[in-house]
Amino acid sequence: MQAHQRMLDPTPNGLHSGESPLLQTLGLTKRYGDFLANDSIDIDIWPKEIHALLGENGAGKSTLVKAIYGLIQPSAGEIRWQGERIVLSGPSEARSRGIGMVFQHFSLFDNLTVAENVALGLDGKESFKDMSARLEQVSKTYGLPLDPRREVWQLSVGERQRIEIVRALMQDPKFLILDEPTAVLTPQEADQLFIVLERLKAEGRAILYISHKLEEVKRLCDTATILRGGKKVETCNPRLETAASLARMMVGGEIKEVKAPAGRQTTVPRLVVNDLSLAPSEAHGVRLEHISFELKGGEILGIAGVAGNGQDELFAALSGERLSRDPGTVVIEGIAAGHLSITQRRKLGAAFVPEERLGHGTAPRMRLSENALLTGHAASGMVRRGFIDTAATLKTVDRATETFDVRKAKRDPEAASLSGGNLQKFIVGREILRNPAVLVVSQPTWGVDAGAAAVIRQALLDLATAGAAVLVTSQDLDELAEIADRIAVMFHGRLSAPLATSEATREKLGLLMGGSSLEPKEAAHAVGA
Amino acid sequence: MQLVLEKRAERSNTIALVSPLIAIGLTIVTMIILFAILGKNPLLALHAYFVAPLTDGYSLQEIAVKATPLVMIAIGLSLCYLANAWNIGAEGQFLIGAVAGSWIAVKTQGTDAGAWVLPAMLVLAAAAGALYALIPAICKVKFGASEILTSLMLVYVADLFLDYLVRGPWRDPHGFNFPTTAEFDPVATVPLLIEGGRLHLGSIIALLVVAAAAILLGRTIKGFEIRVVGAAPRAARFGGFNANQLIILTFAVSGALAGLAGIIEVAGPVGHLQPGISPGYGFTAIIVAFLGRLNPLGILIAGLFLALTFIGGEQAQIAMKIPLDVTKVFQGILLFYVLACDSLILYRFKLVFPNRQVARGTG
Ligand SMILES: Nc1ncnc2c1ncn2[C@@H]1O[C@H](COP(=O)(O)OP(=O)(O)OP(=O)(O)O)[C@@H](O)[C@H]1O
Ligand SMILES: [Mg+2]
Repeated sequence: MQAHQRMLDPTPNGLHSGESPLLQTLGLTKRYGDFLANDSIDIDIWPKEIHALLGENGAGKSTLVKAIYGLIQPSAGEIRWQGERIVLSGPSEARSRGIGMVFQHFSLFDNLTVAENVALGLDGKESFKDMSARLEQVSKTYGLPLDPRREVWQLSVGERQRIEIVRALMQDPKFLILDEPTAVLTPQEADQLFIVLERLKAEGRAILYISHKLEEVKRLCDTATILRGGKKVETCNPRLETAASLARMMVGGEIKEVKAPAGRQTTVPRLVVNDLSLAPSEAHGVRLEHISFELKGGEILGIAGVAGNGQDELFAALSGERLSRDPGTVVIEGIAAGHLSITQRRKLGAAFVPEERLGHGTAPRMRLSENALLTGHAASGMVRRGFIDTAATLKTVDRATETFDVRKAKRDPEAASLSGGNLQKFIVGREILRNPAVLVVSQPTWGVDAGAAAVIRQALLDLATAGAAVLVTSQDLDELAEIADRIAVMFHGRLSAPLATSEATREKLGLLMGGSSLEPKEAAHAVGA
Repeated sequence: MQLVLEKRAERSNTIALVSPLIAIGLTIVTMIILFAILGKNPLLALHAYFVAPLTDGYSLQEIAVKATPLVMIAIGLSLCYLANAWNIGAEGQFLIGAVAGSWIAVKTQGTDAGAWVLPAMLVLAAAAGALYALIPAICKVKFGASEILTSLMLVYVADLFLDYLVRGPWRDPHGFNFPTTAEFDPVATVPLLIEGGRLHLGSIIALLVVAAAAILLGRTIKGFEIRVVGAAPRAARFGGFNANQLIILTFAVSGALAGLAGIIEVAGPVGHLQPGISPGYGFTAIIVAFLGRLNPLGILIAGLFLALTFIGGEQAQIAMKIPLDVTKVFQGILLFYVLACDSLILYRFKLVFPNRQVARGTG
């Protein structure tokens, strides 16, 4: 029982001898029906420690931290806080003891301001004015700039996350849980976050950090606990491991490399955007300005850029969630489609994967089969004369489950009960299985574990090889480098000219993402020469 | 020990079925207290309300007759509510349907018009109800006006319009100045199912409406669209469904059903147009819709149950002198408990026993 021995000495580096852990779980178990989401997990969290919690999608990470935060009641086992057994009645009790949490899926009200959202999440009795003042002060101290008066819907994902972090910090927690905080951040935003986390650690707090980005874990974390299939398999020092060895422990085997199939041929243009300009639909949205590109069959175009630079607006304009007055601005399969609805565009062979999976890509409280119907009703033979073919919708669920290894507790659960990464696999699978001619996908591997990310990227490559045109928006430059043929950068609603991936160095992309253009520099060179 | 509400991972289907029953149970307990305060014997009162009407054939027929408009209106409302469109004005659409259908009856009175009269009345009533419901729907879609307010206010317009007609142009000249039209001709009357009884063809139509709604919501893409627009608006837009079109459609359908219920009531049990043709069917149907969980079969059962309270209320008034308004109190309390119990579908009560020692430690 190797794992057991490790349990007796949970700190391989022996740092904490003498002290007692801040938080401990002993045999923590959470059961959903016959399904064990957490199976007798022991974990020790020490003060002044950044502790990584790793595992594949559906390994039980979110379940474990939800139990620690009092959101769900464990079926068995116990939680000890500063050496004493506690039973949490709910998150507010956890917060009052000094446990804070930043969720994988944000819980903010779009129509309220930053300050109002923070006020709703706090349990204290201070006045709104005092609270706002304290909010500004905390956000300044930790270098997390926020305007308390802005409404949440106007904010980028990174800014939204900042609200959650500041809200947690305002409670002055001894122990902070972050569930996949960097999944949605740009590298720069992530770096800023790490500075904050290091600082919190130096202040003597403990941090439990869930992430699928192993390099980042090696850089930041002192300890790592690895879950597989609801069980703890290992506690180790990530700095002494490689990303590959961590991944092996998570999966219990090797991870497949993504292989670009040889002999990919580009064919005719399947998605063309001509001088697309679009006023923002919301007061603080981004105006799209003169966007043009051409995407041929067999080609993958990557769009990089800091979130909130018009990617959402571009997605809406391409998908038909927003229409443009001039039909010629968006051409799908040779047909002017700027004025066509999303359903009509799907009938032309286009498919779309938005970045937000709960509430946009799926209806959270509906079953997977119904969510298959959500996008499949247009063109997948799921509807005959207005009647739903339930068997066909279930078949889509089964095929996506099989092809993309979607792990779930039963055949057709509600979307909201899937783990974040598994839902993402389902959504991507649902669209890819329709064999689209054009696929527009945002953040395809957002929160997906390394193994599944490889499967999804491979599927995108295979789709392109089969002749589809694929447009990928991603904040993960490594991902774009791995699969895209060309990369363009979005900044303030404009799209740069695409660079061939071989020429798209991090430096060049970084410049474009910061708003500088490449040409003037070259022009300056020319003058100098 | 502490009682906490924990969010359920999935909505509980058992609770979805049981929650209306819990609500009814709580309502009855409250009513017992109320009866006691009124100085009536609660057991006798409950017997008058819920048991007596079930014991004779006449009352049973009367329950079905009362349930007919309730169920038809509530089915339409449930479509609106599922799609997040808040039609509160079914009462007005009911009255306008009654007026429009009656127009044909009044105009053909005493002529030798044939069997086309009743079908024409039904069609016209449904069309008028739909058009009347479209006013708030279009105001909502075009100008963003709250459909809750506009649909509600139009109830009073319809009410007064009907009042004007039966006191003025349509008044029965031989009616001793009562505000009523003349009795409709036989061709303008909804046929009875049992000779000499009360049960009429409208109840069959109501059953057909229930079946159609069940098929619509459970099997068709339109029904899916209605459900998803209400449950997840953004995902619905991504799915290609247009929420505004759906507001128009569901308002029109619910208006048509309310209008149809209106003419069936007038051309059936009442037999002529007069003020007070509805004891608030359009409002009670809101309770029926929610008590029935916005589900067609549930609505059928809930409709029968609320019809029972109407009949029971009348019997309790006759037998025990309990004011008729107690029925309305009952219905209001019931809606309150139904909505409260609904939170149990998404949340569960949980008893938690925090360790006292620790609690003191941090306190
Ligand atoms: N409410 C629930 N009902 C049924 N099964 C559930 C429920 N919540 C979670 N599960 C299952 O428990 C497993 C663990 O889920 P969890 O969200 O903890 O995974 P995770 O490790 O956080 O994954 P990810 O990296 O994808 O976020 C999943 O297989 C999920 O389907
Ligand atoms: Mg998770």
